[in-house]
Amino acid sequence: MSLCFSADKLKEVQQIIARYPEGRQKSALLPVLHLAQQEFGGWLSTEVMDYVAGLLQLQPIEVYEVATFYSMYNLKPVGKHLLEVCQTGPCMLNGSEGIVAYIYERLGIRPGETTTDGLFTLKTVECLGACGYAPMLQHGKYYREHLTREKIDELIASCSAQPVSASH
Amino acid sequence: MGRKLLLEKAHVAGITTYEVYRREGGYRSVEKALKSMSPDQVTEEVKKSGLRGRGGAGFPTGMKWGFLAKPEGVPRYLVVNADESEPGTFKDRYLMEFIPHLLLEGMITSSYALGSNRSYIYIRGEYVWVAEILEKAIDEARANGWLGKNILGSGFDCDIYVHRGAGAYICGEETALLESLEGKRGNPRIKPPFPAVKGLWGCPTVVNNVETVAAVVPIINDGGEEYAKIGIGKSTGTKLISACGNINKPGVYEIDMTISVEEFIYSDEYCGGIPAGKKLKACIPGGSSVPILPANLLLKTAKGETRMMTYESLADGGFASGSMMGSGGFIVLDDSQCVVRHTYSLARFYRHESCGQCSPCREGTGWMEKILWNIETGKGKLSDIDLLWDIQRKIEGNTICPLGDAAAWPVAAAIRHFRDEFEWHVLHPDEAQQRNYGLMHYADPIHVPQPVMA
Amino acid sequence: MSSETKNTVSTVKVTIDNITIDVPAGTTILNAARMIGGDVTPPAMCYYSKLEGSGGKCRTCLVEVAAGSAADPRPMPKLVASCRTGVMEGMVVKNITSDKVKEARAGVVEFLLLNHPLDCPVCDQAGECHLQDLGYEHGKEGTRYEFERRTFEKEDIGPYIQLHMTRCILCYRCTYVADQLTDNRVHGILDRGDHAEISTHISKAIDNNFSGNMIDVCPVGALTDKTFRFKNRVWFTKPVYAHRDCPDCCGKVTLWQRGDEVLRVTARKDEWGEVCSYEGKPGWICNTCRFDKKSASDWVIEGPANINRHSVISQGHYTGLQKPKETLPEVMGGRAPKLMMDIHDVSEVNKIELSQLPGAATGNDFNSPAAKEA
Ligand SMILES: Cc1cc2nc3c(=O)[nH]c(=O)nc-3n(C[C@H](O)[C@H](O)[C@H](O)COP(=O)(O)O)c2cc1C
Ligand code: SF4
Ligand code: SF4
Ligand code: FES
Ligand code: FES
Repeated sequence: MSLCFSADKLKEVQQIIARYPEGRQKSALLPVLHLAQQEFGGWLSTEVMDYVAGLLQLQPIEVYEVATFYSMYNLKPVGKHLLEVCQTGPCMLNGSEGIVAYIYERLGIRPGETTTDGLFTLKTVECLGACGYAPMLQHGKYYREHLTREKIDELIASCSAQPVSASH
Repeated sequence: MGRKLLLEKAHVAGITTYEVYRREGGYRSVEKALKSMSPDQVTEEVKKSGLRGRGGAGFPTGMKWGFLAKPEGVPRYLVVNADESEPGTFKDRYLMEFIPHLLLEGMITSSYALGSNRSYIYIRGEYVWVAEILEKAIDEARANGWLGKNILGSGFDCDIYVHRGAGAYICGEETALLESLEGKRGNPRIKPPFPAVKGLWGCPTVVNNVETVAAVVPIINDGGEEYAKIGIGKSTGTKLISACGNINKPGVYEIDMTISVEEFIYSDEYCGGIPAGKKLKACIPGGSSVPILPANLLLKTAKGETRMMTYESLADGGFASGSMMGSGGFIVLDDSQCVVRHTYSLARFYRHESCGQCSPCREGTGWMEKILWNIETGKGKLSDIDLLWDIQRKIEGNTICPLGDAAAWPVAAAIRHFRDEFEWHVLHPDEAQQRNYGLMHYADPIHVPQPVMA
Repeated sequence: MSSETKNTVSTVKVTIDNITIDVPAGTTILNAARMIGGDVTPPAMCYYSKLEGSGGKCRTCLVEVAAGSAADPRPMPKLVASCRTGVMEGMVVKNITSDKVKEARAGVVEFLLLNHPLDCPVCDQAGECHLQDLGYEHGKEGTRYEFERRTFEKEDIGPYIQLHMTRCILCYRCTYVADQLTDNRVHGILDRGDHAEISTHISKAIDNNFSGNMIDVCPVGALTDKTFRFKNRVWFTKPVYAHRDCPDCCGKVTLWQRGDEVLRVTARKDEWGEVCSYEGKPGWICNTCRFDKKSASDWVIEGPANINRHSVISQGHYTGLQKPKETLPEVMGGRAPKLMMDIHDVSEVNKIELSQLPGAATGNDFNSPAAKEA
């Protein structure tokens, strides 16, 4: 299977490239990788990265160098719902460790692990810029803040109830 | 009630939309600048205002603009730093989320002053929805003639684009940010050349924090001198402080720099005191990189004076007994918190965020994290504390970019002020797993040495 | 930054460790120090004059600027990377005369060795490793690191080159070679921070004709020549200069021979460990010369190679030794700094009288009781 963006997304790629002066399409790499990750199953396989390289006329290594540098790009498959719990100082002061422990209690996964049904992946991340609303996690596009056990319960319930479609 | 220049209108219903923002007096500064001022006059007002960069270093903004090289026929760029990844800092997000047009207005006026026809907002990748809010606001501004070609018939063209990062604290460092904007790894550049001469795509560039650029709006509206009247000394204008940790009312506050630290923590207008009857133990007043202070040194300087929420007062005493305003990320620790564990968590952060280019930072951050983990989990030795001190000293000042310093300072300050807490961890490894050290003497009045008469 | 002022070649006066020299404007402190030569020259692990953009990363070349220039004689607040800092008229630099520098440098050396495997006895680079030399000259005794070192799997990058990432110090030189000497870059830096690594991600072949130069620029034994036959301690091989008429490169090489056998071919190195230049052009060699011409009859032998004295290999084994000017006494005003420190905890290599060993040394030779006593 050779992969390709839909016509719509290709148009979006063109719009992204147009944000930068002519000949600077390498600048589009970060946004296009975001788009690719969203479109091709939540992670960047080598195949996807090579495709993006072709699209932006870059050497594949230029894409690998970038994709491996930034923490938001997943280089391995992840569950349908990625729960990224912030663990840095300010969140820790407000009980982020308890949140990670509670997710383990509920789902049986530790940071870096995915549930066997492929529904949830748990990750710990560093400060997401929501320190005043701690503890918090990122779920897909959104932040869940002022977390409590009840809020985790609700989140898990709503994710589990969702039909099989993209989470964003 | 302090004066508010940035967030005054942030809670007007519908202020995120162009109509309401404009109705509330928005975009006046662009009108004023483009119709009645030359670019240099705008820069002049910013110089007069005494505005200092709100991104962390506190460098005078007008002076920075003055350094911008202006070679003929070469484009210049304004890049707004919305990477906001310093632990404890979440003020720019607040501003962009609640009053996005203020940033755009400041950007158009600033772009005019700098001669940037294409300006970028580099926003941290995780703020997905904030980027969407900004993009919507940009579309509105363009539809209403504030962006695009020949704005207000002035002959000035300007467009603004949002560029999302992808998860890297180091991209807040201005040259790493530019690399990232060019589609590369966020490795800070070796300076010189400075961005003012060779920045984005090799062209002269100014990188400014979100709040800095937003502050240009009231400066142009009311005049630089008016702005400079607010605050104390060289701390002019208002400052956004994002307060978090163990306080009753975490959140983003706009302060005019005339209040004391004590008032900021305990008054109901701001943090509202420490919850659950606990006591103030320590505080990192300007984002995770600046030195942590014990309660006594936080509220009073070593000279026994009241510590104020200003650049100068927070830094009073240097690193021996003071801290820094930094990015305004105000982190409060109550007496049930463990300074060793908190320091460990920050060390882990810096190890995780080091770009890995230069050896002291790449190797030193990981080493400090491991030692701190040992101490925290009861496997430490007394000599480890001195070793940590030595490592941070060998990182500081010897790296390519200030992340090395930013990683060294929290460790240095924690050892400087909380050495006995570290020693207690080492000497009571089992007990340290059961309970925390507590407040001990950290809030005791400090002894102010009186001048000795000869 | 205006180019007009640079049309006439002006010179500036700079003082390094009390020695004053005139150098062309725009020269870096490091290159000015190299013009003086000897001990005042800071060590450089990442800078490579023939690779554009290199330097600034390893921080071994840090120096103190005691006076910025004649116009502004204030000292610079921090130590600066001499490889990336230009000299100014009247600048005063302290290298080995600065205690700050010595301390910082010892720190940098410790950082570089922190995660470096102590496998010198079995490393192909032993004897010509710049890190080994650096530790020897500027390091402190013993390691204070009590944690497991990070390790990586060995990896082949193409048929000729092997990457031992565990030994890499991330100087980035090889990526500049890939970028500047080859047209389709397939190799680079992955990941970040202390997990960063050199890789091709999917072990792609590096088949460009100049890729072999990565081996020569690598300051440690991270990139090695897979065709180096009978992997041998370098000091058992005899380096000779040779040349051939090569259509692709300068054809000037060093052959590493044993008897009549050519075990390895490298570019010729100057006293700073960089490839020599000929008529102002770097003497990079092509892969054909490096990997395919392994018979003495392929070459015109010129004579024994000059091996610079900084390297462990040169310890009395070779003729043609180049001795850079001894500046130490002049600089230190008679005081003798303790520059030559003990690296024995880092490398067991130097404990053994190699010439006494029959045949090639192996890792076992360094574990023998004799070695331990020595
Ligand atoms: C490691 C590091 C991270 C930084 N992160 C940020 C940031 O998130 N936002 C910011 O505005 N400045 C950040 N800075 C400061 C910028 O390099 C730069 O000084 C600032 O954007 C300049 O804007 P200002 O003059 O308006 O403050 C960071 C600096 C360093 C060294
Ligand atoms: S100090 Fe750290 S983050 Fe900055 S360039 Fe060096 S390794 Fe990278
Ligand atoms: S492999 Fe060698 S040349 Fe390449 S970065 Fe590592 S040490 Fe430097
Ligand atoms: S520390 Fe968790 S969001 Fe900042
Ligand atoms: S040689 Fe100058 S920093 Fe590496």
